[in-house]
Amino acid sequence: MKKEFNKIANLVEKKSKVLDVGCGDGELMKYINENITNDIRGLEILKSNVQKCVAKGLTVIEGDAEKDLKQFPNSSFDYVILSQTLQAFLDPENVISELLRVGKKAIVTIPNFGYWKVRIHLLLKGTMPITKDLPNEWYNTPNLHMCTIKDFVNYCNKKNIKINSKNLSYKNLFSQLGIFVIEK
Amino acid sequence: MNDIEKVKKLIIDKPLKLDCGQTISNFPLAYETYGKLNDKKDNAVLAFHALTGDQFASGTNPITKKEGWWNYLIGPGKAIDTKKYFVICANVIGGCMGSYGPSNINPKTNKNFGTEFPVITINDMVNAQYHLLEFFKIKKLFSVLGGSMGGMQVLQFVSNFPDKSETAIPIACTHSHSAQNIALNELGRQSIMADHNWENGFYEGNNKSPDKGLAVARMAAHITYLSKKGLQEKFGRKLQERDDLKFGFDADFQIESYLRHQGSVFVDRFDANSYLYITRAMDYFDLSKQFGGNLSKAFEKTNTKFFIISFTSDWLYPTSENREIVIALNSIGKNVGFAEITSDKGHDSFLLNIPDFLNTIKNFLNTSYYKLNEKRI
Repeated sequence: MKKEFNKIANLVEKKSKVLDVGCGDGELMKYINENITNDIRGLEILKSNVQKCVAKGLTVIEGDAEKDLKQFPNSSFDYVILSQTLQAFLDPENVISELLRVGKKAIVTIPNFGYWKVRIHLLLKGTMPITKDLPNEWYNTPNLHMCTIKDFVNYCNKKNIKINSKNLSYKNLFSQLGIFVIEK
Repeated sequence: MNDIEKVKKLIIDKPLKLDCGQTISNFPLAYETYGKLNDKKDNAVLAFHALTGDQFASGTNPITKKEGWWNYLIGPGKAIDTKKYFVICANVIGGCMGSYGPSNINPKTNKNFGTEFPVITINDMVNAQYHLLEFFKIKKLFSVLGGSMGGMQVLQFVSNFPDKSETAIPIACTHSHSAQNIALNELGRQSIMADHNWENGFYEGNNKSPDKGLAVARMAAHITYLSKKGLQEKFGRKLQERDDLKFGFDADFQIESYLRHQGSVFVDRFDANSYLYITRAMDYFDLSKQFGGNLSKAFEKTNTKFFIISFTSDWLYPTSENREIVIALNSIGKNVGFAEITSDKGHDSFLLNIPDFLNTIKNFLNTSYYKLNEKRI
């Protein structure tokens, strides 16, 4: 299990209703299902991952977050989770507004392009940074919209989205990953 | 087919008001069961069959001596393990494997009903089968499932009886028969009716039945159950027991020979009038229309947990139509899972040995059953 899953799970209130958007192989869902709330389901685009979720006994809907979130009614989940996939969407702005419509709160994580190792890589090597959280080359990366923690916070402020953002400059430099709880 | 007298039947004495306005009573519903109903009576699964299926879902069909149509799915140690679950399957009314249908005797005329049998609907089929719950004294089924027309029955069942099943698995189906579906069914019906042995449906006293028409109906329908790719891979332009074209109208190609064979074996086990009645029931199926065009309303009262399954190469009941059911359920916050299974085998996939498909059902049912018992403790 990825180490941030624990952090994400701890942000979810017990017995709440949760949708994990882009739930992957279901590891995070499984952890939340076993430890926090069993009213959780996932949305996943990749068939092999859907099968892995089903094998874990999880409720999963095969579908595309960019198209299929619109079928859920307003505020139908207490939490909607989007773990490390925001930057891969064609239209992240639309996805964020859908997350905030469907969920009373959204938990969003992003790989932080402002992390010091990323900055140094670009500064010294002059090539696109490759790190543990950003393992791909520029030509095969699924990430279309990279941002930094600061970018994301600025975006939320601009759009009047409530966001937890303590110690912003420190975090922007020293975190590989940004984990946010946002709400309208 | 005297063996058909021996199949298990429930005689439903309560009058059943049909959608067409007629009422039937004291009619037989043929069924079969697999596995054992446990003491808590919480392990019962009702499986609904498709157009040409019957109650013999597993094991060997005692009438046709062929394997049950859902043998890959249901049986001891299989995805729906009959060592754990009690599976019930009934022949739909209008059918020809012992349930009340057009080959039964019309008490008014003392002859076979033929086309004087009332037109039945998916709703009627489901309402008739509901009596099985009372018969087995089952308060709530663990699951209802079915593919194709069986899936339509699942949707109708949950809509009619929102608190009578813990889970539901509609497979490769639709909530509303499309123009294309109706057109294909009409092709089959016209083929039967064009056979002069059909005699407006009153062929049973005669020595001849509309076998040719029924065989052509089956051939046409069979193509719709397969995919272009599947057909191409299996048959291509391969010739049937000959080295070259014969410049005639015999079955030169393997695909022709295959279809002819499918047609000819079908007429031995199926009744032409039943084919008319059951295809009609499918065509009339429009669950959203029953709820003023809003499919979600059909499921408003239910807490049944759904899992919907479609297949990539199914063009008869494509993923898009199955997804409409998922959307209708999600839009009212119901519990639903959905998977589109990769398969080149077309609509027929739901009857075949496709591990991802079988595992999806197995995992969904076993986890749901586990959670159900966990909740009780």
